[in-house]
Amino acid sequence: MTVTPKRLRAPEDLTVLRQSLVDRTDDRKPRIAVCGDTGCAVCGSLGLASSFKEIIERRGLKDRVGLKVTGCLGFCEQGPVVLVFPGEIFYRKVGPGDVEEIIDRTVLGGELVERLLYRDPITGQKLPRCSDLPFYKNQTRVLLEGNWRIDPNDIYDYIARGGYSAVAKALYEMTPEDVISEVKEARLRGRGGAGFPTGLKWEICRKTKGDTKYVVCNADEGDPGAFMDRSLLEGNPHSVLEGMIIAGIGIGARHGVIYVRAEYPTAVVKIRNAIEQASELGLLGENILGSDFSFDVTISKGAGAFVCGEETALLLSAEGKVGEPRQKPPFPAEKGYKGKPTVINNVETFANVPLIIKNGAAEYRRVGTEKSGGTKIFCLVGKVNNTGLVEVPLGITLREIIFGIGGGIKNGKRFKAVQTGGPSGGCLPEQMLDLKVDFEELSRAGSIMGSGGMIVMDEDTCVVDIARYFLQFLKSESCGKCFSCREGINRMLEIVEGIAAGEGSPEDLDLLEELACAVKDASMCGLGQTSANPVLSTLRYFRDEYLAHVELKKCPAAVCRALIRFQIDENLCTGCGICRKECPAEAIEGERRKPHTIDPNRCMKCGVCMEVCKFGAITKS
Amino acid sequence: MVNMLLNGLQVSVDEGMTVLEAAKFFGINIPTLCYNEGLTPYGACRLCLVEIGEPGRSKLVTSCTYPVGEGLIVRTHSERVVKTRKLLIELYLATCPSSKVIQDLASEHHVTRVRFRPRDEKCILCGLCVRMCAEQMQGKAIGFARRGVDRKVTTPFDRKSEECRLCGGCMYICPACQARCQGPREEKPICNACLNLSQPCLDYFDDAMCFMDPCVACELNSGRTPKSERRNNP
Amino acid sequence: MLQDDAEGGGGVALKDLDDILSESIRRNGESLVAVLQDIQEHYNYLPERALRSLSRKTGVPLIDIYRVATFYNSFSLVPRGKHQIVVCAGTTCHVRGASKVTEEISRVLGIGPGQVSADGNFSLDTVNCLGCCAFAPVMVVDGEYHGNLTPAKTRKILTSLKAKWLLPAGEADERGLVDDGDAEETEGA
Repeated sequence: MTVTPKRLRAPEDLTVLRQSLVDRTDDRKPRIAVCGDTGCAVCGSLGLASSFKEIIERRGLKDRVGLKVTGCLGFCEQGPVVLVFPGEIFYRKVGPGDVEEIIDRTVLGGELVERLLYRDPITGQKLPRCSDLPFYKNQTRVLLEGNWRIDPNDIYDYIARGGYSAVAKALYEMTPEDVISEVKEARLRGRGGAGFPTGLKWEICRKTKGDTKYVVCNADEGDPGAFMDRSLLEGNPHSVLEGMIIAGIGIGARHGVIYVRAEYPTAVVKIRNAIEQASELGLLGENILGSDFSFDVTISKGAGAFVCGEETALLLSAEGKVGEPRQKPPFPAEKGYKGKPTVINNVETFANVPLIIKNGAAEYRRVGTEKSGGTKIFCLVGKVNNTGLVEVPLGITLREIIFGIGGGIKNGKRFKAVQTGGPSGGCLPEQMLDLKVDFEELSRAGSIMGSGGMIVMDEDTCVVDIARYFLQFLKSESCGKCFSCREGINRMLEIVEGIAAGEGSPEDLDLLEELACAVKDASMCGLGQTSANPVLSTLRYFRDEYLAHVELKKCPAAVCRALIRFQIDENLCTGCGICRKECPAEAIEGERRKPHTIDPNRCMKCGVCMEVCKFGAITKS
Repeated sequence: MVNMLLNGLQVSVDEGMTVLEAAKFFGINIPTLCYNEGLTPYGACRLCLVEIGEPGRSKLVTSCTYPVGEGLIVRTHSERVVKTRKLLIELYLATCPSSKVIQDLASEHHVTRVRFRPRDEKCILCGLCVRMCAEQMQGKAIGFARRGVDRKVTTPFDRKSEECRLCGGCMYICPACQARCQGPREEKPICNACLNLSQPCLDYFDDAMCFMDPCVACELNSGRTPKSERRNNP
Repeated sequence: MLQDDAEGGGGVALKDLDDILSESIRRNGESLVAVLQDIQEHYNYLPERALRSLSRKTGVPLIDIYRVATFYNSFSLVPRGKHQIVVCAGTTCHVRGASKVTEEISRVLGIGPGQVSADGNFSLDTVNCLGCCAFAPVMVVDGEYHGNLTPAKTRKILTSLKAKWLLPAGEADERGLVDDGDAEETEGA
């Protein structure tokens, strides 16, 4: 939309602007939304968007057809994803060759392009509308709703949908105390992992004396397999900014800092743009909406350190120092950014705030559990059919998420475990699938909510290998200050590697458990304290598999290299020679058109042969 | 003054003290490796762990960095503390067996076995030298670099530092390299040689009750060779 | 052109160092991380000479700068390769076989993660998560994403890219590095 930016000097200005935007919007006008999130961009959605643009312009349809490059639409598995409005028609795996046809047949002609529709794997039915897809149908999309409709580069899109009205309300209809008590009443809890009540955190900070206070947004989403925060920042950056402004009103801060991790360059661009646009309209900066409240936001870029997700480390890193956690107390609410009282919340937490203020706590709490209100976004990834970003009410079961929304396990394999909470979380087995997902239940089961990564594993995943992977990760990501964390993780890894190599003994399992408990107890920050979770939870639920490694010297999932063997089935081998050609260790021998053999001494168990064999003649055991 | 419960005793201490200082004041011995009165508390060695809070909702914190507070409940030698501390000492022994300081700690805390693969690290990254250099010597010649297992104390770019005045403060304060113990080898991380030098009970109080129960030295040296001979055959 | 006194730095003189530092310090104030990011962006790595100069300019002890420079993953004290290959080592990628992909890349390029090839043409790094889990395993070559990799597919992509890169004669480095010595000599690895 093209509107000349004009500074908004009163809440009424915002209302007038919104009304004029709404009046100008024609819901019947066909619109195309192309997912421009990094995920879809991997498979070429940006090229797709530009060919849409080019064709629309070339054919002079610019006034008749709207085009938006949006943030993550959620269903990454099917990317690149294109939505056509009206009708919310969902096209999957769209290629540049499909563009012309979509415009001709769907946008202009109003018919469906059958082959681009999603097909329900169970019923075999083709489902045209988003809301019919099981993946979307079973979600409660409140925060992510914006990602569908909003061009993240356009503040007017956000305002047209009621954006920044929560700021106006907080400034003109509420006292700062009201703002805080509303957030408390909503039972909003920190979405970064620990689940500390957000309102309480704000209240403590408000009560702390000090003339300068800060609002810091933690966008250092370091958990591998989690991209909720990135999707919000890239898809709906203004909702995060609005949440930060409201936090500023609540605690009496006039400066905000967003700390973004180095691996998210696109997010930085989107927020920078959002800040500029909001400042132009007077929604950031001096005297917001004509009030006496001023608030600005700066961006601080991370430089690649997982430990900086820990709040005290993050604050130091945002100041440009070494991101090494420090002992709490004092808590950031008392002594935080630059030594001043600071509220630090996660991206998703801030994105929830405008909803609470706009609709009221009671409305907000209609979703969620008694102790924690609202929805939570998860990244459902791994060996699950429907990979993507899902938003669900707190209190839903793991089964509903993985099977209801996720569509079950890939390739008809068996579910084995789900890992929640990133490297510091735990692996939960099949018998825990009916666990209700909230902060307390997950931690009782030995895992954590974390920021919302949910990695599904099937029978081909070895839990010892998973424990090893996470320890390896934490070993290099620990800051290394606490001896218990640095050396403890190192030694846990040493033991687990021994087990994976077939050199472990049953006593090792006890030692591992004892050590894990000590590391959990003795380390200072969240990273160290939770670093034992992958080990403890796998030991708790999959001890049999560990025992198979140490007693039988077998890896049931056939993953641990020292314990597996690759073989060629001579009945199936046609002697085509492709495995021999591809084997990097030159371990495969055989004459053309005759069954080949693998030399176990030279085989490095990389699995390339198995992957290239077209006849399924290579097996591992 | 603030009132707190220290090992079940109601005590009053000055505000601004750390738990470690308070415990010391009341004669309670808490082991430390990275602590030194003249330097900023650092909290890295984790040996000075104490348990704070109500039972059931308690947690372990390092007493050297934790401030005293009104109504704080502290237990310095609870089962949980002792168990964790012993495991940490065992880890230290496995990692840096040639430090006399660590060997002594092991003896004092009855750590009689090492279940981890012994390694011979020269540094335990307690940071005493770094703080000594910066705070007492105003040197800023050495510091930490990298992170995780790669963390180390070094000079900029690992080369001879222009800031270093060769004062030796870092070497003086190092618990890992000063009074390096010659006894232990990698394959046998507990040597007891240090212990034997400082244990009077074996030679002079043969029949008296040892203050260490069970005494590591007595257990392992049941032959009880006279001290003079032991010196020749460490 | 700033020609510092003899103090290492691999014999590489740095164009515009003074201006870059002054400008960056003015813009970023006390934030060491931000200044280092600027330096790295300009030179593609953190030259020792630049860090020494920064220390003198700001009065921040060199060891503190060195510490920040070695703490964070994204800083490098040695020049990165002309072509940068980054493999995602996130959990999803791991579960879907990223380690095999990394091994395959190492075999094709002859370098391990964190290394730069001897001719300075490629460097290989792993990152924790790129957030493209639906297309795991993923690698990024010079900013271009490649998803759903298998070792065989990786080999194919890299072999063709490698052939393309090595064809034209190496053009003069445009990043401001004037090589007046042996570039391989740079220390601080």
